[in-house]
Amino acid sequence: MTVSPAARLALALAAGVVAVALAVALSCALGAQPISISAALAGRDPDAAILLGLRLPRAVLAALVGCALAAAGTALQALLRNPLAEPFVLGVSGGAALGGSIVLVAAAGLAHVAGGAGEALAAAPPVAAGAVLGALASTALVFGLGRVAGRLVPEAALLVGIVFNAFVAGVITLIKLLVPPEQASRLMYWLVGAVGYETSGTLAVGAVLIALSVGALVALSARLNVLTLGDEEAASLGVDVKRARAAVFFAASAATGAAVALAGMVGFVGLIVPHLVRRVVGPDHRLLVPASALFGAAFLVLADALARLAFLPLGTEPPVGAVTAFLGGPFFLWLLRRTERPSEAA
Amino acid sequence: MTAPAPGPIVEVRGASFAYGARNALEDVSFTARAGEFVGLLGPNGAGKSTLARLVAGLAAPSSGTVRLAGLDPHAAPRREVARVCALVPQEPHVGWPFTVREAVMMGRTPRQGLLAVATRLDHGAVQGALEACDLVHLASRRLDALSGGERRRVFFARALAQEARVLLLDEPTAFLDLGHQVAVMRMAQLAARGGLCVVAVLHDLNLAAAACDRLVVLSGGRVVAEGRPADVLTDARVSEVWGVPVWRGENGATGKPIVLPKV
Repeated sequence: MTVSPAARLALALAAGVVAVALAVALSCALGAQPISISAALAGRDPDAAILLGLRLPRAVLAALVGCALAAAGTALQALLRNPLAEPFVLGVSGGAALGGSIVLVAAAGLAHVAGGAGEALAAAPPVAAGAVLGALASTALVFGLGRVAGRLVPEAALLVGIVFNAFVAGVITLIKLLVPPEQASRLMYWLVGAVGYETSGTLAVGAVLIALSVGALVALSARLNVLTLGDEEAASLGVDVKRARAAVFFAASAATGAAVALAGMVGFVGLIVPHLVRRVVGPDHRLLVPASALFGAAFLVLADALARLAFLPLGTEPPVGAVTAFLGGPFFLWLLRRTERPSEAA
Repeated sequence: MTAPAPGPIVEVRGASFAYGARNALEDVSFTARAGEFVGLLGPNGAGKSTLARLVAGLAAPSSGTVRLAGLDPHAAPRREVARVCALVPQEPHVGWPFTVREAVMMGRTPRQGLLAVATRLDHGAVQGALEACDLVHLASRRLDALSGGERRRVFFARALAQEARVLLLDEPTAFLDLGHQVAVMRMAQLAARGGLCVVAVLHDLNLAAAACDRLVVLSGGRVVAEGRPADVLTDARVSEVWGVPVWRGENGATGKPIVLPKV
């Protein structure tokens, strides 16, 4: 094969963009209410209202969340040198959920005392900030406690993540019991990983944050290649390992935090997508990160469409997080069984 | 062959290092010049690999100094150090299944920008390293599909592609069969003849004696002998340092010493 790296990158990106466009188009066309696309595009209601007011924003939201989680998963796998790493499994999503929950509950508390201030705190930017801070704190915790004698041990970090997830679940259960019922159900609906209908303000905040953090991960992608070799080898190849790793931590945490702020805990996207993309484009992160980001977007848009359509006869709609967990749980186990060395699964 | 630079490139002066309470190195001094192949010998725990880590700048001496072409390898920016010194680690990590060419290209990291876009210069250096290590026919193979010996050659090639002045090898022949051991030692010799300063941590006394220009023997964290192989590997010294009685002979053709343990 003599395709130049630049040509491969162009090919992967083109395929990814086409996949996202197709997924969004499909997701917009399908739904409980049949609509006429031509009528919608001509601006006739209710078709236009459904397409532009409901389905398109929802597809964009799913695309943003999928893009962020897949890119963060790719980066965390490189950092941990283990294909089982993923924002949800590692507890980074859990940390983000906890951070966001604390802000929401504080907002509810504040609303009792000073209504306006409480509402302001419950808005998108503070919740997103809480989620990003929570994601950062949990990433630091997992990678800090996943060390044995100064060396990062991937299995230890994964275990810390799993234990941290259980801890977060407990704390969030406690929070739900302590807050008023309507607050609790709102919290639950958010955390369960639902791609709902967010305001355009929320969408804009999330989009900016995700664009910046995924962009940073793409910029760091050559560093990720070298970091997979191990700390000392990366250092001997001229990489300032601490700085490079901190930058990747920060960007992956910000991406995860933004995704959780928008859609709650959607698991396993960062596991499934990078793994499948890696099988096609290979391990070079300069291809892998942007391609995973695009295919992650397409994947979650389709998963959300599936969630909306599959249960239509029952008149209900599971959150997209349930769909990804349904696919991702078995996928994780399958990957675990066949992973003796990262290289075999990668 | 380039003319050896006048002064030493690797300069270790009075270096000590401790892991916790245990002194791994005490007051160690040694130098190495361009065009020279220096072997670091000594029993397990003598401090050879620790010394290699100090030279690579992966750790700082608790006292004394380490200089690489005048640079403090621990304090200087990693990128600058990597342009002077390339390291072939003891157990190279085979993580993600990059191809041989991709893996060797990573040796160009200290000479590339953030996105590591390869220039014609980079491709040329990689091709040269692949040729020097007899890897051209394996260039598009994945690392996880290679044998241990082939893999070791890949990491050697990556270090060559780095185009540093110092080539630091940490037990380059460990776990290799005889043929691959000889191949690696020959590549190291050729690199030194080509003007590089090659420093290798070695275990096999006979391979070291046959291939190296100069040997430094460490024992208990101290340098106990230094010089030409024939002068350094006397039977009394080998018996004392390694704690086993040995026969000491000589290769009639080359005059290099041969050491056999009395089992």
